[in-house]
Amino acid sequence: MAAIVVNELTRRFGSFVAVDKVSFSVEPGEIFGFLGSNGAGKSTTIRMLCGLLKPTSGGATVGGLDVGRNPEGVKARIGYMSQKFSLYELLTVDQNIRLYAELYSVPPERFEERRRFAIEMAGLAGREGALPRDLPGGFRQRLALGCAILHEPPILFLDEPTGGVDPISRRQFWRLIDQLSRSGVTVLVTTHYLDEAEYCHRIALIHAGRLAALGTTTELKRIFAERPIVEIRTPRSVDVMRALDAMDDVEECSLFGTAVHAVLRSRAVSPPDIVRRLEAARLEVSSIQPVQPSLEDVFLDVVEKAGRE
Amino acid sequence: MRKALAVGKKEFRQIVRDRRTLMILLFIPVFFLLLYGYALNFDIRRVALAVGDRDNSVESRALVSAFLNSGYFDFAGSVRSSEDLGRAMDGNVVRAALIIPENTGRLVRRGQPAPVQVIINGDNANTAATVMGYAITIVRSISAGFIVEQRGLNLTPPIAIEPRIWFNPELRSTLFLVPGLIGFIGMITATISTALSVVKEKERGTWEQVRMAPINTVSYVVGKTLPYLGISLVSAMGIIVAAMGLFDMPMRGSWGSLLLATGLFLLGALGTGLLVSTIADSQLVAFQVTLILAFLPTFLLSGFIFPIQNMPRPIQIVTYAVPARYFLVALRGIVLKGVGIATIWGHLAALTGYAVVVLGLASVRLSRERG
Repeated sequence: MAAIVVNELTRRFGSFVAVDKVSFSVEPGEIFGFLGSNGAGKSTTIRMLCGLLKPTSGGATVGGLDVGRNPEGVKARIGYMSQKFSLYELLTVDQNIRLYAELYSVPPERFEERRRFAIEMAGLAGREGALPRDLPGGFRQRLALGCAILHEPPILFLDEPTGGVDPISRRQFWRLIDQLSRSGVTVLVTTHYLDEAEYCHRIALIHAGRLAALGTTTELKRIFAERPIVEIRTPRSVDVMRALDAMDDVEECSLFGTAVHAVLRSRAVSPPDIVRRLEAARLEVSSIQPVQPSLEDVFLDVVEKAGRE
Repeated sequence: MRKALAVGKKEFRQIVRDRRTLMILLFIPVFFLLLYGYALNFDIRRVALAVGDRDNSVESRALVSAFLNSGYFDFAGSVRSSEDLGRAMDGNVVRAALIIPENTGRLVRRGQPAPVQVIINGDNANTAATVMGYAITIVRSISAGFIVEQRGLNLTPPIAIEPRIWFNPELRSTLFLVPGLIGFIGMITATISTALSVVKEKERGTWEQVRMAPINTVSYVVGKTLPYLGISLVSAMGIIVAAMGLFDMPMRGSWGSLLLATGLFLLGALGTGLLVSTIADSQLVAFQVTLILAFLPTFLLSGFIFPIQNMPRPIQIVTYAVPARYFLVALRGIVLKGVGIATIWGHLAALTGYAVVVLGLASVRLSRERG
């Protein structure tokens, strides 16, 4: 049975539709990434799945429980951690752990083991008496994660869990998430770091409240199967982009660092021919070569398409 | 219930570690008490009096010394000319002047009316009226003395007043103000500290985290309020004891009824704080809303300084919604008059009602926030 089933989930705020008939399901032990720009509806969806916000229509079950009908039951079965690493700054590491253990009714006989687990996972052995505000971001993040899974929830929600953390800590964090997933914990994570999406087993792209694409990274990149992407290096990228926009056989182009990525309409379009046309317009081209589509290409393509509709 | 206790324990630890909140709860009240207790004083004593005795007779000197020995006036210099007096009044060196014209003594001895002039600085109307009352009383009593001396008869007025003022025989305004002050301070500190404790959690993000946890709103509110109730009760008792020591405030009633009245009042104040926190999302807004919802009504509409019966009817009606109004009557009753719960139960019931309403409203609003 799926860990999370979302069925036509909709939430309106007045006349604004924040989440619009979103449906998907997440298998046990899966790391499911929720990708989208700010305001796309990621947080609203998570809040509904955590039992914090009632759906306007549609529904979802989390761990087999209906989020609309039994939000308190859902809350007890999930772990939640947000980008703010919500620890109490004026309580010590140990006191924070104790508080969350009480809030989530961790049985007293399990407490000592869970406490040690959380402290070791955060790498805070010997610093149990420290205040969170005196700890570096990476430690705070791992401690917050530890507090969120003290009660061994089968399902874990992470809302932009890596904001403001250095790259090494981010890598360490994702290793922990991977271990949790291997032990059978289902993880639903929102992020707007596209590189982090590569850690996810499957990704849902959400745009303007709608589910715009869903699949593994390989599946998502397949939308470019019939449309090769070429990378053009040129000293005059802005002018080149303007010229490409005017070409019928170029679907779209965007700036990637100093280079220009162009999506070609079909496999029949020849890159040397494009170079010839650019040079005829007196635009110098240093190189042109096909590239593998990145998740960023997928994301931009999906957003572009949604914008056109 | 176990979760409520866990929240309470955590809140208590936070308060103890958070110097700012602890300051608000423990030191600001005492500071306020000293500041307002000594600065707010409606008693008028030691009025600077300039004397222009142009007669310099036995009678005129008797009048002057009657003024200066009354305890209400201090000698601030002799008046030589009216320009002199004008300057002294302008410079606030002199608040009142007694001018005795020539021949006053002779007129008195002949049994003829002798006018004397009292000039009072009227820039503060209340003070001026009181000072005038003092002057008239002094002049009357010394005139009566002259009549007895000259005519040798004792004119007793047909009706004699024997005033006796209960509960505060010396009419010290501190005895009236200090209970009001205690209510005022309790309201402000309890409201602000609770409001800030929730709003700070909102700012930190822990609020959201706790809302995600399986704990119901009532447990959370109970857990969050209890430590503040305990600490502000201790703080309120502290200022009552301090007021007894510093301002000779009596304690004529029972400590039990005092504790009950203060507890009910603080519960309402904490509820107000929670209610503020459901409106405000930042500490700044919380401060401003508290100012409007708690500070101003308690200061102006509770009878703390301005008597409610002198207010226009519509404003009097508004005062029924101000909890400090009931607390002040109860507190003054217990502390100054030594009345028991039987006498003030109506006020205690009103305090209970207020607490129930605000705590209920706050709970409803807090649960609604959860979706």
